[in-house]
Amino acid sequence: MERITIDPITRLEGHGKIEIFLDKKGNVENAYLQIPELRGFEQFSIGRPAEEMPRITNRICGVCPEAHHMAATKALDALFDVEPSSVVKKLRELFYSSFYVTDHTVHFYALGGPDFVLGPDSDPAERNILGVIHKVGVDIGKQVIECRKRNHEVIKILGGRGIHPVAGLPGGWSKAMTKEEQKTILGWAKENVDFALFSLKLFDDVVLANQAYVDLIVGGIFSHETYYMGTVDDNNHVNFYDGLIRVTGPDGKELVKYPAKDYAKHIAERVEPWSYLKFPYLKDVGWNGFVDGKDSGVYCCTPLSRLNASDGMATPKAQEHYEKFFETLGSKKEGKRYTPVHHRLATHWARLVELLYAAERMLELTEDPEITDPNVRQVVTNTPTEGVGSVEAPRGTLTHHYKTDENGILTDVNLIVGTTNNNAPIAMSIKKAAENLIKDGKVTEGLLNTVEMAFRNYDPCMSCATHSLPGQMPLEIQIKDADGNLVDTRSQYVD
Amino acid sequence: MGAKAKEKPKLAMYWAASCGGCEISVLNIHEHILAVDEIFDIAFFPCIADFKTKDVESYPDGYIDVCLFNGAIRTSENEEMAHLLRKKSKVLVAYGSCAYEGCIPALSNLTTKEATFDKVYINNPSIDNPDGIFPQEVTKVPEGELTLPTFYNTVKSLDQVVDVDYYLPGCPPEPPQIWAVLQVVVGGLLEGKPLPPAGAIVGAGATAVCEECEREKKEKTIERFYRPYQIIPDPDQCLLEQGLMCMGLATRSGCGALCPTVGIGCRGCYGPPEGVIDQGAKMLSAVASVLDAGDETMEDEELELKIQEVIDTIPDPAGTFYRFSMAHSILRRVKNGKGDS
Repeated sequence: MERITIDPITRLEGHGKIEIFLDKKGNVENAYLQIPELRGFEQFSIGRPAEEMPRITNRICGVCPEAHHMAATKALDALFDVEPSSVVKKLRELFYSSFYVTDHTVHFYALGGPDFVLGPDSDPAERNILGVIHKVGVDIGKQVIECRKRNHEVIKILGGRGIHPVAGLPGGWSKAMTKEEQKTILGWAKENVDFALFSLKLFDDVVLANQAYVDLIVGGIFSHETYYMGTVDDNNHVNFYDGLIRVTGPDGKELVKYPAKDYAKHIAERVEPWSYLKFPYLKDVGWNGFVDGKDSGVYCCTPLSRLNASDGMATPKAQEHYEKFFETLGSKKEGKRYTPVHHRLATHWARLVELLYAAERMLELTEDPEITDPNVRQVVTNTPTEGVGSVEAPRGTLTHHYKTDENGILTDVNLIVGTTNNNAPIAMSIKKAAENLIKDGKVTEGLLNTVEMAFRNYDPCMSCATHSLPGQMPLEIQIKDADGNLVDTRSQYVD
Repeated sequence: MGAKAKEKPKLAMYWAASCGGCEISVLNIHEHILAVDEIFDIAFFPCIADFKTKDVESYPDGYIDVCLFNGAIRTSENEEMAHLLRKKSKVLVAYGSCAYEGCIPALSNLTTKEATFDKVYINNPSIDNPDGIFPQEVTKVPEGELTLPTFYNTVKSLDQVVDVDYYLPGCPPEPPQIWAVLQVVVGGLLEGKPLPPAGAIVGAGATAVCEECEREKKEKTIERFYRPYQIIPDPDQCLLEQGLMCMGLATRSGCGALCPTVGIGCRGCYGPPEGVIDQGAKMLSAVASVLDAGDETMEDEELELKIQEVIDTIPDPAGTFYRFSMAHSILRRVKNGKGDS
């Protein structure tokens, strides 16, 4: 049996390793996505004071520390059974929206976008953020840097630090917004809206205007019919900060909608001996292996999933683009909802629709007269017991679950992080891409690019789960014969 | 990346057991990142550039001029990379708190590998693992064999596995400090200016965070400690004086006192100040010296009891005083009779 090892950043670094086994005819027998890392936050957080969790768990991921900070802070609200005031909720959501703007911007321009802006067949050496700048002008590179800069400044002003913020408290937020800060942030929020609109226009001009790219998006290689998860507000609109968790089926119908505290009734995690990362699935459906379809509990949790699981966007411009997204990709409107888009590459477009929503929402919140109310802290006297908090991290629904003794010292911790939700779907996408490109022992030239794209649309930053953040993902495929001898090597991004 | 002029100094950045925040901190020097691209050739930087371990293996020893190594040593793979990059780098920098002193991942030294596996894979509210499966270093699947690196029992700092030239503290380091260090390094490499002495802590101050904190400080007399949600602190007064745990006294300056500025106590991510080896011990003695536990008329025994009463109002002293420095501390890990790795 032939064996192909794809090591995204090579064997030793192992922030994710793919093993593909071929059958005797040289077709794909099976593919494994292995995650070779674990840090064990769930165990070493036990014994710590619960209120420290927003500043301990943000160290799970330095790319999205804001998401862990917020899920932990909301878990503390639940743990202490304390309701944050209206201004606290607004400040937190404003902070979180600004984080979404910078996070989605980085993914689109530095990680995912180059595939489209430069084209999947372009010179790999140019297929990066610098290549994007070369093609569409240095001004865009500066805009991306400016966008990151102003939003990290917002994160620092409101959260205390540009990375690993500290302001979250049970029922509160340690830092109020001054009128001066409001004025500054208002200007930045407007720039964010313009930048998001500009990014969607760029996607229009470069991707949608090119039939070859559209064909690639809707082509079957990158398509999977699974369940979709996302947090929605009272109107079933996408929400990043708060709401109910909604799961819809491959046919678009709602399977279940539940509050975060019920997560363990609906989600279970499998363990495989060959990966440190667990595989969550929907208990309401059951685990039937790494397969598509209505009878498979595999679900996906990405920007595409959130759009699929919702009825729309809560801001006007994002709603326009939401409709255009589904209509362009051939969805039908059934009642209030569009049928789901199963093309995984459309996730990049969905991410830009969310970027616009985050920017619009940030602007709304900054303009809110209540936002500068200084009463952001409250004294909490309730005895803590147990609490669950969740937010939509950019890479999926993020759940923190704490139990404590009566002094608020943690006795049990469970975390289901964004990327972990997508562990099974990513493995499936890799297998499908491999099956399409490895036929009768022949490895098609496009294998490397295609496997990489299959991976990347999930935002293969994978930092929460593996803390591997690929800009360019150097790939090498080693093809070995049945005795383990190397018979061929194909690689890209290697000088 | 960028134009490839010959003979530019070679820069590498690698992550071991880390969160990626150190890489983001480098990106947060914002427009200066373009200058870094101008000055250096990137030799290895899995976060943003296209090189592989194999490339690093093929470099002559000392080929990389500066390697910024972040992340703690948690697995066999982390340690193998530390040895490789040490060999290939002229200057190896322990970048950020994880590489410098273990950081949050080293809180794991308060527990064991067995307990960690049990919590993650067995005793967990969302687990579905009736057969009690744990990840294995070698697994036979129907199609062949799959391998994973070894998960160590003890988290180590970088200098506990290889020699380190400089330490850049912070979780993560603050962008102005990063940029300042890069300028010093560039001055050394390109203009022959003197580099800091080996073993130096760079990109930070020599005093304590309190020195750069603008909160008003009076005589410190603490009667008891409060949890951050138990009081609403005065916006201008020293947090420690108000009974909120703040590690500023035992923490190296350099961050600009970011956390206390927004009303949240310091947790010590810049490590101990100059001349202090053990941050936790320093904090404990600092706390003991500012307690309002009695007066000179008291007998020693009575005074000790009083002090203990106040200390008892601090929840989790080990996990607080050694929040970032467990691996590097005298404590290093809680003994469990399982050996060192």
